[in-house]
Amino acid sequence: MTLRVLAVDDSRTMRNLLSAALVQAGFDVDLAEDGEDGLQRLSETSPDIVITDINMPRLDGFGLIEAIRGSLGNRHLPILVLTTESAPELKARARASGATGWIVKPFDETKLVAAIERVTMPRGEV
Amino acid sequence: MSIIISDDFRESFFQECEDLLEAMNDGFRLMADDQHEIETVHAVFRAVHSIKGGAGAFGLDKLVDFAHHFETALDKLRSGKLDLDDDVLALFQRCGDHLADLVAAAREGAEMEEGIGSHLQAELDEAIGSTPQDEEIAPVEFQPMGLDMDLCLGPASPGRYKIDFAPEAELFRSGNEPALLFRALSRLGKLTVRIDTDALPKFTELDCTKPHLHWLLMLESAEPLDAITDTFEFVEGMCRLEITEDEALDVQNPDASTSLQDIIAQTDAPVDEPLRTAKQPQASSRNETNNRGSGATIRVDLERVDKLINLVGELVIKEAMLSQSISNIALPSENEVSVGLESLKQLAGEIQEGVMAIRAQPVKPMFQRMSRIVREAGIATGKRVRLVTQGEHTEVDKTVIERLVDPLTHMIRNAVDHGLEDTETRRSAGKPDEGTVILSAAHRSGRVMIDISDDGGGINRSKVRKIAEGKGLVSAEADLSPTEIDNLLFLPGFSSKEEVSALSGRGVGLDVARSEVQALGGRVSITSNPGEGTTFSISLPLTLAVLEGMVIEVADQTMVVPITAIQETLQPRTAEIHQIGQDGRVVVNRERLVPIVDLGEVFGFRPAPAVLDNHVLLLVETDNGRHCALIVDGIQDQRQVVIKSLESNYGHVNGVAAATILGDGRIALIIDPDGIIRDAAGQVGAELQFYSAGQCHA
Repeated sequence: MTLRVLAVDDSRTMRNLLSAALVQAGFDVDLAEDGEDGLQRLSETSPDIVITDINMPRLDGFGLIEAIRGSLGNRHLPILVLTTESAPELKARARASGATGWIVKPFDETKLVAAIERVTMPRGEV
Repeated sequence: MSIIISDDFRESFFQECEDLLEAMNDGFRLMADDQHEIETVHAVFRAVHSIKGGAGAFGLDKLVDFAHHFETALDKLRSGKLDLDDDVLALFQRCGDHLADLVAAAREGAEMEEGIGSHLQAELDEAIGSTPQDEEIAPVEFQPMGLDMDLCLGPASPGRYKIDFAPEAELFRSGNEPALLFRALSRLGKLTVRIDTDALPKFTELDCTKPHLHWLLMLESAEPLDAITDTFEFVEGMCRLEITEDEALDVQNPDASTSLQDIIAQTDAPVDEPLRTAKQPQASSRNETNNRGSGATIRVDLERVDKLINLVGELVIKEAMLSQSISNIALPSENEVSVGLESLKQLAGEIQEGVMAIRAQPVKPMFQRMSRIVREAGIATGKRVRLVTQGEHTEVDKTVIERLVDPLTHMIRNAVDHGLEDTETRRSAGKPDEGTVILSAAHRSGRVMIDISDDGGGINRSKVRKIAEGKGLVSAEADLSPTEIDNLLFLPGFSSKEEVSALSGRGVGLDVARSEVQALGGRVSITSNPGEGTTFSISLPLTLAVLEGMVIEVADQTMVVPITAIQETLQPRTAEIHQIGQDGRVVVNRERLVPIVDLGEVFGFRPAPAVLDNHVLLLVETDNGRHCALIVDGIQDQRQVVIKSLESNYGHVNGVAAATILGDGRIALIIDPDGIIRDAAGQVGAELQFYSAGQCHA
C-alpha cells in the first residue's frame, strides 16, 4: 500500500515541488492551499502524514496542527512542518503546537523522504 | 532518481512571484493609506516569505539573501517590535522594488548590481536595530540527489555507539514513535536493541498515560555521531537520550535482543490513546466553508488564445459572407433562413466578445508599477507625491497593457516633474505639501480611458508658447487657442534633450509617448486649468484584433482607414485647394494649409486626379501631429473589421498596416496613414514639412 501524504502550502511553487518530489518517491499526494483547506482535505482523504507550511492565510500551520491534534482520530497523525529557518524557537513552537518534526527548506528529495520515513509506518509493515 | 527541476517549475515560480509581488504592493498601499490591519502585515510577510522559499528551491541565492533580510524586518513589524512610520514604509517600498528587480533579474538569468541590495540591507538592519551578524541565513544549497530506498552503508570502519533512550509522554503526543526511530537507526548500520522493562509496573497499577519503557541500543555504523543524533532530531527534549561512542560491546545479554517487530508490538503497549487506526471523520463545522476556487484561474499559452481569436475572426467573416450571399438570393422577408442567420450572427458576435475577454487583463499590475515610478520621481525631484489609482480592475488587452507601460511611465514622470509645483509654491497657493497624481482607468463607449491627473499648477501656456516659438515650431503671429497651445507639448522637438531633466530622462519627449499610444490605435488629449492641474487622457481600443474602420474606395480598390486616424471628411470646393510648387497641393481647413495626398497615386493605381470635384478628402492626423488630406473616391461604410496581419506571410509594405476580409469575401487593405504620409513627405518635399507644422492666415 502506498502512503498518502497531504501537503499544505500556500505557495504554488512549493506545492509543485512537493508533489513532484513526493510522487517521484512513490507516495500518493494530496495538496491544500492553506490550513482551512488542509482540514477540509484531511477529512476527505485520510492521509498517513501531513506536511505543512507555517505562514499561510486564513489558518496557519500552527493552527492547523492544533486543530488536527484536537480531533480524536488524528492525535497521533505524523505532522511535519516546512520551515525556511532552523531557528530553535521555531522548532520549539512547532513542537509546542504538536508537530512531529520539521523539514528545512530548501529540501531535496532525500531529506524529504528521510524525514517522512522517520515518522511514518509504511502500510502493512507492522 | 531525482526531482526534475524543469523549466516549467521555474516559470511557474516566477509567475507566482508576480502574484506575490502584487500582493505585497497591495499591502504597502494599504499601509500608506493607513488602512491596514494586522492581516495586511501578515500578508506582506507571507508574500516575501514565499518568494524566499521558492527562490531557495531554485538556488537563487541573491534573491534568498535579500528576501531573508526583508522578511526579518517585516517579522519585527508584525510582532510589534518595529513601528511603522513614513520612513520605514518608504524603506519597505524601496525594498519591495528591489525585490521585484531581483526577481526579474533571476528570471532573465541576469546579474544585479550589488550596491543597491547591500545598501538596502544595511538600512533594514539599522531600522530593526540589528547587526547583520545577528542573523544567520539558512543554507541554500540545492542538490537534487538520488535516493536509494535501501540505503545501507557497509561498515567500512564501523564505530560502536551505545544509545540509552527513554521516551517521555510528550514524544508520543507529538506523533513520534520509538519503533520508527529504531528503523531509521537500523538503516545506518547493524542495530541491536534491548528493552528494559524493569520500570513497568504491575498491570493493576499501570498508569497508561505514562511511558514506562527504556531501551538500550547498540549500533555498529560507519556513520559519524552527527548522523545518529540527527535521527533523534525530532524527539530531542522529549526523551532521555544518551549517545556514547563505545569501543567495547556492552550488550551483555544478547538474548534480550529482539526483532523490530517485537519492539513495535511492545512500544504500542504503554500508550494511552488509541492508535491511529480508526480515522474518524472530522467534525463537519469546518467543512461548511467549501468555497475553494472562488477565484480559480488556469494559465493558458497565449498562442492558443490568439489562434482562437483568429479563428473566431474567420467565423465572423464567413458569417458576414453567408449573410451577403443570402441577401443576394432575395428570399422573402421573415424567412427561416434569415431569422436563423440573425441568431447565428448574434452568437458569433458574443463568441468573439468572449474570446477577446480572455486576452483582457486588469490594469492593476501596471498601475502598481506606476506607484513605484511616482515614488522614484518624487525622490528624484525632492517633491512629496502620492499616487491615487482608480478603476484598477478595468480590463484591457494584454498587449495593449504591455505596450502602454512606456508611454504611461513617461506621462507619470512628466506629471511629477513638470506638473506638480515645488513645495514652496504649493504652500503659497494654499495647497497641501504633498502633491497628488491620480491614475484612473475606465471603460467608456467601447474604449478604455486612462487619465493621468495632477493637482499642480496647470500648463504655463505663455512659457510653452515661448519655447515653441524659440524652437521655430510655431510662428510668433499664430493665433492659438489654449488647447492648441497645450498640444504644442506633443510636437516633436518640443522637449529637446537639454531641457529634459535627469528624471524624465532618456531624451524621450511627450511626442514619442503619444506616438506609442497612437500605434495602439489610441489618442492622447490634454486638459489643463491654471492653478488646478493638468490631465492627460489616453483613449484606447479594447482590443488589437478588431479595428473600427472606414471602408473607402480608391481607383476601384476597396480599402479600410482606421477611424482613429481620421479627424474629419471634407468635400472641398475648388477655391479651397491651392497649388504649391510643382506638384504639391494643399487644402485650406480651419485656417490651416493641409497637404493633399492621393491614395491611388501612393499605391501606384493611377496618377493623382487633376480635379477633385467628385472626390472626398479624409483629413488624417499622424503620430507626430502632422495633418494630411487623403484623396479617396468614395466612402462605403464604417464598420468593425478583423485585422489580419500580412507581415507574417508577405512582409511589411509601407503604408499598409494589415488586411481584412469584407462581408462579400473581398480582401481589403487596411492602410497605415503614418506610413503614407512619411512616403508622401519624400515626394511633396519640404512644403509638406513646413505647412504641416506651421500655421497660415488664409
